[in-house]
Amino acid sequence: MGKTTLAKNDLDDQLVTDVVNNAVPTVETSIEIKDLKLSFGAVEVLKDLNLTISQGEFLVLLGSSGCGKSTLLNCIAGLLDVTDGEIHIGGRNVTWEEPSERGIGMVFQSYALYPQMTVEGNLSFGLKNARVPKPEIAERVARAAEVLQIEPLLKRKPAALSGGQRQRVAIGRALVRDVDVFLFDEPLSNLDAKLRADLRVELKLLHQKLDNTMIYVTHDQVEAMTLADRIAIMRGGVVQQIASPAEVYNRPSNKYVAGFIGSPSINFFEGQLSGGESPSFSSGGNTFPLSDYHTSRGQLTDRPAWLGIRPESVVTGTDVDAQPFTAEIVVELVEPMGSDTLVYTTLANSPFRFRINGQAKVTSGDTMRIGFDPAQGSLFDKTTEDRL
Amino acid sequence: MTDATTNVRATPRGAKPRKRLTPTNIMLYGTLLVAAFYYLLPLYVMIVTSLKGMPEIRLGNVFAPPVEITFEPWVKAWAEACTGINCEGLSRGFWNSVQILVPSVIVSIAIASVNGYALSLWKFKGSEVFFTILIFGAFIPYQVMIYPMVILLREAGEGLSLITGTKIRLMGSIWGLVIVHTVFGMPILTLLFRNYFASVPEELFKAARVDGAGFWQIYFQIMLPMALPIFVVAIILQVTGIWNDFLFGVIFTKPDTYPMTVQLNNIVNSVQGVKEYNVNMAATMLTGLVPLVIYFVSGKLFVRGIAAGAVKG
Repeated sequence: MGKTTLAKNDLDDQLVTDVVNNAVPTVETSIEIKDLKLSFGAVEVLKDLNLTISQGEFLVLLGSSGCGKSTLLNCIAGLLDVTDGEIHIGGRNVTWEEPSERGIGMVFQSYALYPQMTVEGNLSFGLKNARVPKPEIAERVARAAEVLQIEPLLKRKPAALSGGQRQRVAIGRALVRDVDVFLFDEPLSNLDAKLRADLRVELKLLHQKLDNTMIYVTHDQVEAMTLADRIAIMRGGVVQQIASPAEVYNRPSNKYVAGFIGSPSINFFEGQLSGGESPSFSSGGNTFPLSDYHTSRGQLTDRPAWLGIRPESVVTGTDVDAQPFTAEIVVELVEPMGSDTLVYTTLANSPFRFRINGQAKVTSGDTMRIGFDPAQGSLFDKTTEDRL
Repeated sequence: MTDATTNVRATPRGAKPRKRLTPTNIMLYGTLLVAAFYYLLPLYVMIVTSLKGMPEIRLGNVFAPPVEITFEPWVKAWAEACTGINCEGLSRGFWNSVQILVPSVIVSIAIASVNGYALSLWKFKGSEVFFTILIFGAFIPYQVMIYPMVILLREAGEGLSLITGTKIRLMGSIWGLVIVHTVFGMPILTLLFRNYFASVPEELFKAARVDGAGFWQIYFQIMLPMALPIFVVAIILQVTGIWNDFLFGVIFTKPDTYPMTVQLNNIVNSVQGVKEYNVNMAATMLTGLVPLVIYFVSGKLFVRGIAAGAVKG
């Protein structure tokens, strides 16, 4: 999914060769992580993690705090020693190499600019350490500054920069290293909402321009959905699902992923699934027909299960009658959000919310007819919580 | 609407009038004045006495200002006052103290800052245990360690003599005392630096590692420039501590290398005929001058550094 490397290369050939002139074009797999384990004492933070990231891919590690996503990134960067397993970058086993020798650049949440150095000093520090000749340092710094549009700031100290400018410099520090892999550790979390959205777009443009492999850690699902070629959702040191944003949203691999992705979050019904030729799901006296449900398991069988319905899949008004499932509900609470409105209600004895057009006039206490196709939802086993 | 505008106009203009002589203020400043008076009185007596001649002192008016101001006691205290052994005044002790102070401060802070940096950022297996043991050292009374220290210095000196082939004495020399000051300053200084470096954002350290900087590069180029306030604190602590030290000075040096404090004690305590209070007072003032100057010069930096070092445990 999302690998349009060749087309991008044609478009931005000039820039790609300019900025990433030492990228290895023949290696298709950029990063490979094999059976990675990390424990702090008795606490297992990462458990037998396997991950393959292809050249030029934008992978987002998504999860709530403490899920091990930043830890994984630090392991890839070489800032944490792994307990077991291997990390390969660009076909080379770098498990025990120093961070600076792994061919990575890293951008941190707090920017981590050296406060006593100018922007120029910050950008060139790593190159000086690597004993890059002076003219080349100047050239690379100038090029990165041009790409990121921070040329007027080169002589300033970080304290004299705004948050967005600081983050640009931090990205520049990774850029001058001429590496193939960029690691981002929640780079936009310290910025205000508007700036965050702007920089998000810039990051995506930068990725299209450079075509580097990028690994991006965030807890913000909007960032994940908008930026990623693939999203890896982590929980308790285990990757729950790794797939394209659309796949993660439409076909979550388990109940946790379904609940984590999507805002407002998905509605769950607890009930009984009856399988067979025309399967259906019953909960709280309602029956949801599932004839068109696509399962990877061949056929659905009888079992207790969860049914998840996205708030966005509900239709109202004249389209209702065409839906396989319809119901009459009483509006309990309305949250107008401008572009659309969230309606809170109870359906099949479970709290249920859905999204309708923002122009619709609804107040609490109203009765409404709603409909949706339960087969577009997701079924999860009651005990294993895996997708059926 | 009109109500609002009239209200705005009705608000008073100019600075808010303040009452100065409130009961609270009288109590507050009264207490402060009494406390200040109480602490400054001895200093006043010392200065006044040191500026009097002996006949005037014999009159017994301790608090009276000098009728005839003389600086002779100061000169005598510095250059001529006698201990039991020599009559060179405090000057010899002053230069001894300087010779002890400068290397002690530099060596102890250099080692402790690297200690603190390594213990907070380059955690190794057992680093916490190491730190605990080091801190534990701060709670052991000095007296317990003095005799072992004497033996250690003596033996180490002999060992060095054997290796180098020249006669080296650590016990009884200025360098022995420098080692003692460095060792005894280590726990508290390491704690100070470790806490300061622990408050430096860890991502800065990580960024430097990704940029390929090593242990010393990160220390000198990233951490050192950021640690100025805590260095000032460490310097003040060490300068005053070492300058005011008496116990180690008297134990680990010989009469001709005695630091100023020991020299002062010997001047004040050796009596030949009359006790020269004015000279004693002047000598005491001279000895206390160095820490005083340090505090006055660095007051602001000191407070800033103390606050910075106390952030994280």
